[in-house]
Amino acid sequence: MPAVSKGDGMRGLAVFISDIRNCKSKEAEVKRINKELANIRSKFKGDKALDGYSKKKYVCKLLFIFLLGHDIDFGHMEAVNLLSSNKYTEKQIGYLFISVLVNSNSDLIRLINNGIKNDLTSRNPTFMNLALHCIANVGSREMAEAFASQIPSILVAGDTMDSVKQSAALCLLRLNRTSPDLVPMGEWTARVVHLLNDQHLGVVTAAASLITTLAQKSPEDFKTSISLAVARLSRIVTSASIDLQDYTYYFVAAPWLSVKLLRLLQCYTPPEDAALRSRLTECLETILNKAQEPPKSKKVQHSNAKNAVLFEAIALIIHHDSEPTLLVRACNQLGQFLQHRETNLRYLALESMCTLASSEFSHEAVKTHIDTVINALKTERDVSVRQRAVDLLYAMCDRSNAKQIVAEMLSYLENADYSIREEIVLKVAILAEKYAVDYTWYVDTILNLIRMAGDHVSEEVWYRVIQIVINRDEVQGYAAKTVFEALQAPACHENLVKVGGYILGEFGNLIAGDSRSSPLVQFDLLHSKFHLCSVPTRALLLSAYIKFINLFPEVKTTIQEVLRSDSQLRNADVELQQRAIEYLRLSCIASTDILATVLEEMPPFPERESSILAKLKRKKGPGILPDIDDTRWNGNGNVEHSESGSAHPFTDLLNLNSAPSAGASLLVDVLSDSFSPASQDVFVCKNNGVIFENQLLQIGLKSEYRQNLGRIYVFFGNKTSTQFLSFSSSVSVEALTLRSPQLNIHAKAVDPTVEGGAQLQQILNIECVSDFTDAPVLDIQFRSVSECVLCSPRVLVQLCLHVLFLSSWRYVTLLSLSPQQEVQTIFKAKHPMDTDVTNAKILGFGVALLDGVDPNPANFVGSGVIHTKSTQVGCLLRLEPNAQAEMYRLTLRTSRESVSQRLCDLLSDQF
Amino acid sequence: MIRFLLLFSRQGKLRLQKWFTAISEREKKKIIRDMTTMVLARQPRTCNFLHWKDLKIIYKRYASLYFCLAIENQENELIALEVIHRYVELLDKYFGNVCELDIIFNFEKAYFILDEFLIGGEIQETSKQIVNRAIEASDMLQEGDSSEWFEVELFG
Repeated sequence: MPAVSKGDGMRGLAVFISDIRNCKSKEAEVKRINKELANIRSKFKGDKALDGYSKKKYVCKLLFIFLLGHDIDFGHMEAVNLLSSNKYTEKQIGYLFISVLVNSNSDLIRLINNGIKNDLTSRNPTFMNLALHCIANVGSREMAEAFASQIPSILVAGDTMDSVKQSAALCLLRLNRTSPDLVPMGEWTARVVHLLNDQHLGVVTAAASLITTLAQKSPEDFKTSISLAVARLSRIVTSASIDLQDYTYYFVAAPWLSVKLLRLLQCYTPPEDAALRSRLTECLETILNKAQEPPKSKKVQHSNAKNAVLFEAIALIIHHDSEPTLLVRACNQLGQFLQHRETNLRYLALESMCTLASSEFSHEAVKTHIDTVINALKTERDVSVRQRAVDLLYAMCDRSNAKQIVAEMLSYLENADYSIREEIVLKVAILAEKYAVDYTWYVDTILNLIRMAGDHVSEEVWYRVIQIVINRDEVQGYAAKTVFEALQAPACHENLVKVGGYILGEFGNLIAGDSRSSPLVQFDLLHSKFHLCSVPTRALLLSAYIKFINLFPEVKTTIQEVLRSDSQLRNADVELQQRAIEYLRLSCIASTDILATVLEEMPPFPERESSILAKLKRKKGPGILPDIDDTRWNGNGNVEHSESGSAHPFTDLLNLNSAPSAGASLLVDVLSDSFSPASQDVFVCKNNGVIFENQLLQIGLKSEYRQNLGRIYVFFGNKTSTQFLSFSSSVSVEALTLRSPQLNIHAKAVDPTVEGGAQLQQILNIECVSDFTDAPVLDIQFRSVSECVLCSPRVLVQLCLHVLFLSSWRYVTLLSLSPQQEVQTIFKAKHPMDTDVTNAKILGFGVALLDGVDPNPANFVGSGVIHTKSTQVGCLLRLEPNAQAEMYRLTLRTSRESVSQRLCDLLSDQF
Repeated sequence: MIRFLLLFSRQGKLRLQKWFTAISEREKKKIIRDMTTMVLARQPRTCNFLHWKDLKIIYKRYASLYFCLAIENQENELIALEVIHRYVELLDKYFGNVCELDIIFNFEKAYFILDEFLIGGEIQETSKQIVNRAIEASDMLQEGDSSEWFEVELFG
């Protein structure tokens, strides 16, 4: 037993603890404990009244036993009795017991509350503190009901001791977290804010915690705290380290308070008042400057405290997302930390950079560190640091570096820890799809994934590659060739066999011309894997075989032979047996025509949000993963905001569209903010994709065109876990009503409720009467209930229909057009000038590329027809790149000048 | 906000547990098991931070004891690390060269000191002097046995 036993030692307790420690086995310990429990029980039940000291000792023993992990079913009453003792030490043990073993036994709660009440009103600060600690520790609803109204007055009363104020502030904070409805705002709120001016830094620290939490919930009520917080922060960062006496921690002035104040400021957008704003900027600059000063101490505590403040300042800079210079400085500072010898700093730098990567001001600056981050992935010894590096690479990925990042992640995957492999697989799959310029690269990447980490490739990933191959005819031949080659490997993963079986079954004909991959060779290759596979894969292969019979009549007999064998027809597995029998019969009795119909190529899958992304979100939880799909709004830091509290997404949505009844032009302006640049890209060069997304709602489109008729499927995804009510969606063509309608749009009515997590589909039938310039507007309204917040956001989305109709240039004719209808523009390249990319974009736009027409091979020439009900408009386009000047010249010739102009406007944003 | 603080030995024996939110006993046991296995498995000289569910785990070893703090996602890791250090300093000041045994035999003191330092998962007082003075004052109260003393001690 150690000698230390300060205060009044309880000898009996020390002996008991010693005994427990000396127990050689679990059984011996249990035995000793049971003996002690019996002893205490008899003491409590005994006739002789126990004195305070004994009661305290036994209650303390019970507490010890409980903390060892044993159940305690008595002694609560004795503990409650201790509360009314006027000996501090007895009271203290009583409170400790209650705090640890809280039990909502209603009789006791009343007694406990009674004890607390006495102490709260005792005007003895030590007792008041004990009572407040107890309320904060337990934080139950009953306690909130009893005391929530009393604590604010203790907090703001002029004569309350500082230490009691501190306890009261944090006690109120706890009650506000557990039962916010019982802690109503009142006149005390204004006075609480003024505690930020208090002389006592301990009071300021505790108050700052309280105000931050309250301000997150109702920012308007605490707006006055901004100026006070900035003033306080400014005084701290400019103070000499000795000024704050004991609040200086290893030569850093009040680090905890600084961090708190910086956190409080993150509840708000940058101050509007110019003087205040510049004072805050000065503070942030001072903090950044201090990071460059030599350390005042070699102790790790010094650098930790200093850097804690620095990281919080950077978090505020990122949150404000409004000062490009600060953002770039922050990025450079983090860049230095990326190479720091302290592992903690490297870890935090990677983590902070992830959020920095999503700011449009600093995204490019973050990208300059790509080599360091890749190096971290290769050399860091600590798996959690490597994981942050993976996260950062994922966050900094864009079209320009996707190939490099995906390649690095793939090579890391080979040696990655098993615990994080699946996540990396998902990330690679998402990036490969999101930034795929040519889908051959996508197919290669996914096949590599399966080859390297087949076990970690979830179903979602290989389903997705098949969906994409089915939906994009330009990649089908390549996919067939590639899987065919991959299957040649002596040992290949079962997931590869699945993908291979499916793709060859659909598109094997595209490579059958080559004798090295003739139908029979393909079949033999697939069938060589058959016996090594599980039942579901075999079932898939059998379906591939019947598809082969349709594709290649020459292998029909071979396949029928296989199907007829006993191992198939009499297979113990019912599913396999049934497939074999049915497929065999089908191949025998059906005519070629019927076979061709039954076994027709799979129709395109409906476009939807990648299920892989959903899976990654599930895996990581929304807060942790920097969401690359979030639209990069600037100015208000909306994205950041909405993560911090449930109320924010609603206000954001409302602000975004605060003028729903205003004129059409304003409407379009307001809305263009909510468009990510990516979504516009999508609709010039593709028929489908996501057009709008925020924390609540995702809207996706898929469209089909035939001549001048179009059908658009609009998908509304409820991203929350609660219902959308009174959901309505309508399309209006406001700007077009002056003349006879250029577009006839018929929208089918939708169900007024959308369940949490569910998707709703609406079909729009559209007829294009004549050419048009103004886009129709999709108007969506709904109410969402979430955590007591009720409001009706209204989302208005500009449908890029004009863009969509261009995609109906599927039927190509060459027209001779006169030069009078020519429109020409010269513009600067907005994307890297890559021939393949440009080719893909022009094709995606819907026109046919005409090779060898233009004398200059670098130029692109395309032609097509736009179908409207009244006329058909023929179009010719020529795009002349000038790589040195990074410029393009675009020429459009159509049979109508207005069309030429419109197309020219649209296309000039694309390259 | 801090969600919980655990102190455990290198053998995984729990020495102190402080929960700042209401959690069932079953859940507590599960968390304790997760934390001890996760933290004890870490190699030396790795970083002090881990992600666990939606929380950040900050841990540090002092001699034979691991201090393990769970904070919410938006909180500052480095300052949390110094919360641990400040608590160790407070224990050290009180016990004088604190060791694991002090915390075992005087567990109630360890809790009292913690209550003076953290409330409701937030830091109450960062000044070492003030916390120490508060604890010393309560020790003085323990030694007195009449009820008049505090009038003198605290209002004098």
